[in-house]
Amino acid sequence: MISQLTKTERETALFLTALLTLSGLTLGLLGRNDLLGYHGALLAVAGMSLTFLLIKDYYKPEPDPDNRAKYYDDPIKVGLVLALVWAVIGMIVGDWVAWLLVFPEATFDAGWASFGRLRPVHTSGVIFGFGGNALIATSFHVMQRTSRARLADNISPWVVVVGFNLFCLMAATGYLMGITASKEYAEPEWYADIFLTIIWVVYLVLYLRTLARREEPHIYVANWYYLSFVIVVAMLHILNNLAIPISLGHAKSYSLFSGVQDAMIQWWYGHNAVAFFLTTGFLGMMYYYLPKRAGRPIFSYRLSIISFWGIVFLYMWAGSHHLHYTALPHWVQTLGMTFSIMLLVPSWASAGNALLTLNGAWGKVRDDATLRFMMVAAVFYGLSTFEGSFMAIRPVNSLSHYTDWTVGHVHSGALGWVAMITFGSIYTLTPWIWRKERMYSNKLIELHFWLALVGTMIYVFAMWNSGIIQGLMWRAYNTDGTLAYSFIDSVAAMKPYYVARAIGGLMFLAGAIVCAYNVWKTAKLPTVTEYTPDKPPLPARGRPSAAAQAAE
Amino acid sequence: MTIDHETLTAFAKTYGLIYMMIVFFGAVVYALWPSNQSKFDRAANSILEQDED
Repeated sequence: MISQLTKTERETALFLTALLTLSGLTLGLLGRNDLLGYHGALLAVAGMSLTFLLIKDYYKPEPDPDNRAKYYDDPIKVGLVLALVWAVIGMIVGDWVAWLLVFPEATFDAGWASFGRLRPVHTSGVIFGFGGNALIATSFHVMQRTSRARLADNISPWVVVVGFNLFCLMAATGYLMGITASKEYAEPEWYADIFLTIIWVVYLVLYLRTLARREEPHIYVANWYYLSFVIVVAMLHILNNLAIPISLGHAKSYSLFSGVQDAMIQWWYGHNAVAFFLTTGFLGMMYYYLPKRAGRPIFSYRLSIISFWGIVFLYMWAGSHHLHYTALPHWVQTLGMTFSIMLLVPSWASAGNALLTLNGAWGKVRDDATLRFMMVAAVFYGLSTFEGSFMAIRPVNSLSHYTDWTVGHVHSGALGWVAMITFGSIYTLTPWIWRKERMYSNKLIELHFWLALVGTMIYVFAMWNSGIIQGLMWRAYNTDGTLAYSFIDSVAAMKPYYVARAIGGLMFLAGAIVCAYNVWKTAKLPTVTEYTPDKPPLPARGRPSAAAQAAE
Repeated sequence: MTIDHETLTAFAKTYGLIYMMIVFFGAVVYALWPSNQSKFDRAANSILEQDED
């Protein structure tokens, strides 16, 4: 990796790792009497390790200047591997907490092993660790190929990949220690939030600079989806995390907002995280890898543009459906409900566009598990967006809210749509960037496909059953007007479904492990295709130094 | 004039609506404009031309 950097770039990288070490030390000193100190130490150790790595290879020869006329795929490889590492970690913890609901006493009387601390490790691990790394890695690939231009420089992709993973690491370790801002999907505290903001701005600037250098006149639609993900997530992250720390030496902070305003901003954030992290980013993935794998252009390019603007305009207003029957003004709830229902139109337009692209390639879908992953993802996208619009209707929500139905809905989206489209894209992308003829084993892809599909089905059906039973038990009255069941009755009734859910999740986890193994073995295959694009990409600026050129 | 809840709602219900509709219809007109068809066809096929890939 480092041997691909020029001398100047190695110096810039050293400066940045020194800065990271220094920031970590400062944070550690300020927070030495608080849990914050551990995260300061974490950043300092990360900074020092990176510095040593750089120094070790500092005097290695400079890269061949011709390499600069190729695409830059090293950060994509690292991003993909990290995505799979986080997938396995996040899903292990997910299945662990699923069993914890079956055997609630299995916490070893330790704070870190309680449900409240482990659950965000699961959610952040899979959403940010797995999903985020996969989005970053694939976006680096898509932006280069669709622009026919190399990444704008060689340092910022590493800042994004390394920085984002340090953020994920701070998040996960913080939860175990009990650091939380208590905002769902935005649990990391103020210093981690500031850190992520810097990383995210670097990401946005890198994306825009690469697009600005494009050789293709038209910006392919997948880039629009990826860009909406980068821009809106920045906006959501900053606004929802506006907070004042109790002091610079403490991890704890308090939100700038209070009461129902705080709740509204949190769910404006929460639902748009679903929209712009878990939907538009992955739609970008779908609009590139699905046509590529099927060998057919997208069914309707026009429809992809219209549904893009539909999704962007409508999603922004839907968040208040998370706060039905609360202190939130009634008209705001109605607004969220109305927009959620309208959202079905662009959502189904996207799902239909994907499925119609496959129309005429069903033979390939039958034979190719990779393409089948993407087909099933589009089906689940259609199903879960329909379910979401339905659940946002206020009277439906009175039955579904606070029950496992919500959990089932989220997982039909997260497992069925987000993870499936990601696995399909990973299997498409892996042989390309590692320059192999094919994946190590097609049989293992097939195995993974069925583990993932059956696991998702078991999970979702279990949660539909348990959720509706919970909802009905909570609203059952006796003839004298008293509640028919106590709360603990509904908890006891859940046990068989919780067992089923944990088994479904275990299958999905097994599939992810099979995927990680397959990718690992593929990377070890002999390189058979040294790929040179017909039209070479626009090379990066920042030519190798004169010494390297003279040596040629 | 004081900026209160009523003012903001009135603004959102009039100019907010008009602005959003204009931008959205702009996007629809752009997508459906007949002479853009060839551009979109080229873009849709452009990703398939590379052989790697």
